[in-house]
Amino acid sequence: MTTLDTDSPGVAAVKTETKTETEAVRPTTPFLDTRLGRALTALLSVGLGLLIWEMLSWRFRPLFLPSPRLTFQAAVELWDDGTLIQSIGASLARIMAGWSLGLIIGIPVGILMGYFSFVRRLLDPYVEFFRFIPPIAFVTLAVIWLGPGEASKVALILYTTIFIVTINTIAGVLSVSELRLRAAATLGAGRLQTLLTVIVPSTVPYMVTGARLAMGNSFLTIVSAEIVAAQVGLGAMIWTSRNYGKTEWVFVGIITLGLLGYVCDRVVRFAVQRLLRKYAVAV
Amino acid sequence: MNEPSLSALAPVCTGAEIRLERVSIAFGASRIVSGIDLSVAAGEFVCLLGPSGCGKSTLLNLVAGFLPATSGRVSVGGKPVKGPGMDRGVVFQSTEALFPWLTVRENVEYGPRMRGVPRVERAELARHYVDLVGLTHAADRLPGELSGGMRQRAQIARVLINKPAVVLMDEPFGALDAQTREVMQAEVDRLWRATKSTILFITHDIFEAIQLGDRIITMTAGPDARFKTIVQVDIGHPRDLTAPPAVALYRELLEDIASEVRRTLQAQGLARDAA
Repeated sequence: MTTLDTDSPGVAAVKTETKTETEAVRPTTPFLDTRLGRALTALLSVGLGLLIWEMLSWRFRPLFLPSPRLTFQAAVELWDDGTLIQSIGASLARIMAGWSLGLIIGIPVGILMGYFSFVRRLLDPYVEFFRFIPPIAFVTLAVIWLGPGEASKVALILYTTIFIVTINTIAGVLSVSELRLRAAATLGAGRLQTLLTVIVPSTVPYMVTGARLAMGNSFLTIVSAEIVAAQVGLGAMIWTSRNYGKTEWVFVGIITLGLLGYVCDRVVRFAVQRLLRKYAVAV
Repeated sequence: MNEPSLSALAPVCTGAEIRLERVSIAFGASRIVSGIDLSVAAGEFVCLLGPSGCGKSTLLNLVAGFLPATSGRVSVGGKPVKGPGMDRGVVFQSTEALFPWLTVRENVEYGPRMRGVPRVERAELARHYVDLVGLTHAADRLPGELSGGMRQRAQIARVLINKPAVVLMDEPFGALDAQTREVMQAEVDRLWRATKSTILFITHDIFEAIQLGDRIITMTAGPDARFKTIVQVDIGHPRDLTAPPAVALYRELLEDIASEVRRTLQAQGLARDAA
């Protein structure tokens, strides 16, 4: 006890030392790494981009390159007459329908292909063949087979989603740790039970990666699909602008697609973080 | 045991005998172990002790049914081992063996759930076993939120709830710090006494083996590993590792294993002195 007492000034000294250390560390956090700093960096980046765009637009006719101001005015115009919101609604509905269907089909197919090597060997030729054929190659066929209505567009989104999701899910199933499978087997899980209680939950992070990649591809596909055959939608809006010589409408369509994609990905990430956190999904 | 309602919860699992007869395992051309004869009596606690890579874990995997014997026979409770099964619970070294998306309670409940035990009944069972390993306060936490020692407690509860005749422990405390390991060893000692199951415990820690085992078996260095020394530990529980009999046994085992390590190093041309 006495030794402890004589030691205590030393302990106190160590404590104050660490305290000053943490105090010294705090102000050295670089400004650019703070929340405000990062927000300002992003803002600066966007501002610089707009500035370069503005300066470039001085050199060209609006038909070739409309200025940011003209584009903004066009956006307000399209918003006011309802064209923009209608286009967003139509494109988003097609993307959501095709993407969801793609997940609903692609995930179970991926699980089955990953778990049963017979199913994998059976379907592999088709997956390996079609995944190299871009959806735009099927636009004409989709219209011939499914008509110019919603079905052809949804089918193309489904097509572009399903392979990415399936391939990612297969990869997930194949990388389930042997340890977990062994644990399940010694705890009395049968083959089907192992599939449902170990393989599927272990594969969730891969499914999410597949779903996010597919979301990006759906945006690529929707424009091709709508350009060929659609009355409404962002792709259709971009295409019909040509007939009016309204390049600024094309710009509005492109920027809207970018922002919409960003928002959709954020929504997916947010939902995943809230709902699937325990499956260790890193987003 | 006087209350009949509790008898279903009593953690007693009647142990079964483990028997290995002339067992060899080879992967391709390389022989991992050969000529292993081992009989672990029902309710006995046997420690397999040896340096890394001597084939201890391979033997455990064999009894667990994770891999087949190249030759020889393996049986548990008189029945030949054909694959993994609930009668042989395994506590893995890696805490990754817990399902990270399930809470401690759900992990512990996993076995009964697979057997189709009704929800209310298995919740009751799980509560009992979570209490038994001292995780009552952490029952609703995910494994990722627990310390290494707590995760191993959860693994042990998840195995014991199935009342396995044999518990196989593969260096379960190898990744824990020394203090936690001591606490966990005392826990295993207590649980074994309460459950009376047969335990095959793999370790490279001599103290751990002396603390726990009825019998300690050392192995020669692999490849082609065999049993080297079999020691009956006749020290009463709880064991005092600083008392003379334990110290003497420690010296004996230390020399036994050190000679194997030296032999391996010499074979690899790494030993400086050929003592």
